[in-house]
Amino acid sequence: MKSRVIVSTTINGEPTEFLCEPRQSLLEVLRDVLGLTGAKEGCNNGNCGACNVLMDGVLVNSCLVLGVEAESHRIETVEGLAVNGKLHPLQQKFLEHAALQCGICTPGFLLSAKALLDHNPDPSEAEVRHWLAGNLCRCTGYDKIVRAVLDAADSA
Amino acid sequence: MQQFRYIRAHNVEHAATLLLQHDGRARILAGGTDLIVALRERRLETELVIDIKGIPEVSELSFDPVEGLRIGSSVPCHRIYNDATIVAKYPGLIDAASLIGGIQIQGRASLGGNLCNASPAADSIPALIVHGAICDIALPQTRRRVPVEAFCTAPGKTVLERGEFLASLHLPPPPPGFGAAYLRFIPRNEMDIAVVGVGASVQLDESRQRITAARIALGAVAPTPLFVQEAGDALIGAEPGDEAFARAAAIAQAAARPISDMRGTAEHRRHLVGVLTRRALAIAVERARK
Amino acid sequence: MTSSQYKVIGSRPLRPDGVDKVTGRAVYGADVKLPGMLHGKILRSPHAHARIVSIDVSAAQALPGVRAVVTARELPSVGDTVTDLGESVVNLRYMSNNILAHDKVLYHGHAIAAVAADNPHIAEEAARLIKVTYEVLPHVLDGRAAMAANAPILLPDLRTNELGKQGSSQTNVAEHIRHQRGDLAAGFAAADVIVEREFHTATVHQGYVEPHAAVALWNEDDQILVWCSTQGSFGVQEQMAELLQVPPSRVVVTPTEIGGGFGGKNSVYLEPVAALLSRKAGHRPVKMTMTRAEVLFGTGPTSGSYIRVKMGATRDGTLTAAEAEMIYEAGAFPGSPVGAGCGVLFGPYKLENVQVDGYDVVVNRPKSAAYRAPGGTNAAFAAEAVVDELTEKLGIDPIAFRLHNAVREGDRRADGPELPRIGFIETLEAARDHAHYSAPLPGKQRGRGVAAGFWFNWGGKSSASASVNADGTVNLVEGSTDIGGSRASLAMQLAETLGIPYADIRPQVVGTAGVGYNEGTYGSRTTFSTGWAVYELGKKILDEMRQRAATHWDVPVDGVTVQDGTFAHNGDSMSFRELAGQLEVPVSVSASVFPSGFGPSFAVHIVDVEVDVETGKVEILRYTAVQDVGKAIHPAYVEGQLQGGAAQGVGWALNEEYVYDDKGRLVNASLLDYRMPTALDLPMIDTVLVEVANPGHPYGVRGVGEVPIVPPAAALANAIYQATGVRMTELPMSPARVSAALLAAAVPA
Repeated sequence: MKSRVIVSTTINGEPTEFLCEPRQSLLEVLRDVLGLTGAKEGCNNGNCGACNVLMDGVLVNSCLVLGVEAESHRIETVEGLAVNGKLHPLQQKFLEHAALQCGICTPGFLLSAKALLDHNPDPSEAEVRHWLAGNLCRCTGYDKIVRAVLDAADSA
Repeated sequence: MQQFRYIRAHNVEHAATLLLQHDGRARILAGGTDLIVALRERRLETELVIDIKGIPEVSELSFDPVEGLRIGSSVPCHRIYNDATIVAKYPGLIDAASLIGGIQIQGRASLGGNLCNASPAADSIPALIVHGAICDIALPQTRRRVPVEAFCTAPGKTVLERGEFLASLHLPPPPPGFGAAYLRFIPRNEMDIAVVGVGASVQLDESRQRITAARIALGAVAPTPLFVQEAGDALIGAEPGDEAFARAAAIAQAAARPISDMRGTAEHRRHLVGVLTRRALAIAVERARK
Repeated sequence: MTSSQYKVIGSRPLRPDGVDKVTGRAVYGADVKLPGMLHGKILRSPHAHARIVSIDVSAAQALPGVRAVVTARELPSVGDTVTDLGESVVNLRYMSNNILAHDKVLYHGHAIAAVAADNPHIAEEAARLIKVTYEVLPHVLDGRAAMAANAPILLPDLRTNELGKQGSSQTNVAEHIRHQRGDLAAGFAAADVIVEREFHTATVHQGYVEPHAAVALWNEDDQILVWCSTQGSFGVQEQMAELLQVPPSRVVVTPTEIGGGFGGKNSVYLEPVAALLSRKAGHRPVKMTMTRAEVLFGTGPTSGSYIRVKMGATRDGTLTAAEAEMIYEAGAFPGSPVGAGCGVLFGPYKLENVQVDGYDVVVNRPKSAAYRAPGGTNAAFAAEAVVDELTEKLGIDPIAFRLHNAVREGDRRADGPELPRIGFIETLEAARDHAHYSAPLPGKQRGRGVAAGFWFNWGGKSSASASVNADGTVNLVEGSTDIGGSRASLAMQLAETLGIPYADIRPQVVGTAGVGYNEGTYGSRTTFSTGWAVYELGKKILDEMRQRAATHWDVPVDGVTVQDGTFAHNGDSMSFRELAGQLEVPVSVSASVFPSGFGPSFAVHIVDVEVDVETGKVEILRYTAVQDVGKAIHPAYVEGQLQGGAAQGVGWALNEEYVYDDKGRLVNASLLDYRMPTALDLPMIDTVLVEVANPGHPYGVRGVGEVPIVPPAAALANAIYQATGVRMTELPMSPARVSAALLAAAVPA
């Protein structure tokens, strides 16, 4: 029985092949196989959002996707947000608003917020809070995160 | 996590054949939001994971004014609530599909998976029941149809026999004067499992002043989602309003068999069944009149 | 000094580590990867209380890919040494027992054995193959039940420290403490109104989003290298040295970025186990990370408690006496924050007649660890509710009552010390004058609550060093874990002292090998104490640079002045940068401090709620946190502390709790069922930074991080009362509890 599978994907725009066991989650593959440790494991069962990535533009918990399921799909991670040395507006606004304290939840929030703004460029505060409810932050009380996302939407 | 093999099924027959061959030692993977966690936490054991997302039929989402709505069992929630026609026609279903987990769960989780997981607290099941949904179950050569209210048999258990899997869900087209709603009670405002869930649908007459049919289904108050037919039947012929809703709510409360667990107390659950049934009926009627 | 006199302090620059943290580049505990690294996994107890009869590791050892298995046998025996972990004191023998159970498991999730293997999946598989035979014992989860005569005994050798005297019989009560002053009976006799109530609070967890993670390498030369997510690398060094019985100098700890701590990442859990596995596995590095369930099972939490409070006041609103009994559940080993709770309880009020009795009680729950103002939230929930009821009975505005009884400089706290200059009065006045306090709150089932909070703060030992670069920038090397932006607040203090731009300071957090001793980032001490060390660095650099300028100009040093980063003498002047570029011998300095002038913090929170009386659910409509912050070095991060503390307090108040089954097993060890607030559960949290400069710090800094978690539960309880007429006396005030209370009181919908 073959224990590992070759998977072909596109990660942050780069065609990428990797070898993984079927039991390895996309999160494990990103972190342990590909060295993309921006996605974090906070709960490993879809309840904290720290591992969020985009799969074909759709927000997913990478802990709830098997690495083998990434075959032929497009994955975007926090490492792909800044382009050509320029931070994504959300990254910039998170810094300006002090929207992170410890920073562990930040990559997941950035991906969720990106998915929101891609889907709804002008969200209300309530829409931002609803969209980000799957991302836990224990440091900020969310105030500055919500403001950063609203500001990023305004300045887009 | 335990070791397993992974196969992408090409069609319904392929998936059903693999299931049959592995006789209880294979699992169907749709969105994976329940299955992967259960495998990781060893609540389930398996040798083979069969990914059905590549099967055209089970990833189909289509609406026909005569046939109604067909939801392939692997269609993720976000496709359902981002479809304007479904939003307009099946409001109770939309209520449920847009509150299963968070946005990122809805990017993967399917109603079919939610149903097959057979949690007593599954949000989609009461909503599917009140919309009159039918399960299309596949075997290698044949199909059979089961109403959603008869699908779950115990926590985590369904009517699926060896080699069977859920291919799709069919919801009849809603006639004019139909309205539905699903409400759940959770301690937070998102990300919780329902302490109680209540689905309600009503059919109003042409004047929209009288109920001609109604369905009420409850979640998280019995070993399986509960279709309380007598609560809906009690509304037939009634004028929509607090009095009628309270009557149906009392019947629903009497039918509930809640337990106390980490998510809520039996007393609170029984109390909530009454509150949510009244509220869900009010919303369903309001929608039916639109 | 007014803020306009500062150039850097009070501004809001971007944090130095910000880009790394928004790009995913920052290295946290679980991101460390070393060549040849193995992966460890811990086996934990399925029972709340049991004797370990035998452990058979043979099947685990035989699994291909397994490199080492360890149990408590591998831990050296350690004596009863008490060590201060920052906000909590522990006996090392108990700590060793908590790392890996010695002969009994004392709570569901207690670590028993560990495996190192080629990958995490094999390690997990192997841990499942370890066979443990248990003799299950009766368990006790509740503090008061554990004090009963026939309660199961957790620690056979435990004797009560009864007001300083050692008891002689077996017990679960580790300590009974008392703060006492004045004449209680006379005080209550003088009161026109007396309120006495009982309160219960649940066990709650710190809930940092990053699970514990550590990598350890036990080298062939017996040097132990550790990379871990910790609040204090020197604390890890000390604990490792004691637990493994090696000299501290043999342990080198390098801290990674930390994904939240809140007090819960001062104790070691994984580090010594990883080191033991490393040694046994042929000196290969071993990485250990916890799952979320393990974090909830085996780390933190903070104590559940029972508190009885009695307070009396005269008709004019003067408090005459206060009495309380506080029973805190320490978890499996002694060391609850009951002592701090006793101090926080009546901390905001001037009291002549007071008595507080505190009990530290062991129960079959995880050993408690510090959690943000440890013990404070429990205490304030009780005392501030009683104060609220007094104000209601007396018909006095809650803030006016507090202003009338508030402590000021020179007053003595119930627990003894005399207060330095504090800003409680100013904080109360700011709350009273805030638009929120007087805003109309129309609508049914809505209410506004207010509560005050006190926290001691801490100073502690800090060291830092700095060197001047030829381009005029300054490297700042510090040892305080940066949990919430302290690189920025420290760099700002150095920039201010030197009179150079913030951007010219290059801060870096290093480990035990790279800087002098630092206590951990706890007790709201970093911006205060390490800030002071950094201030000393600045002064030393300026002194040294003045010398160099004097030499350059060939004049006596006394004639060289320095202001705003410019050195001058008789019309000659040179910028810091110019001088830095001309240094022949480099300038580098270091400083170590142990300042005592930290003063306590006070907070007043105002909250509006709407209660769905049909379901019992509480919705927060508006929240304002007012706090004396001394001097806000970086106001945005100070606001963040107030907002984060309030949010944690809200979670504690409304939904968070450890839920156990009848066998003493924790049943909600996941972030699904341990319900921390989401973005949808909170409104914006307004903050008011009251700045009463702390005279005990060169820049007026006062610790800000902890006190904001003290008032929220009480403020919410008081708001729920205003909304419904029902006083909630048990945390969490979950919908089920609120609904039951409303139904019992027959509150109409």
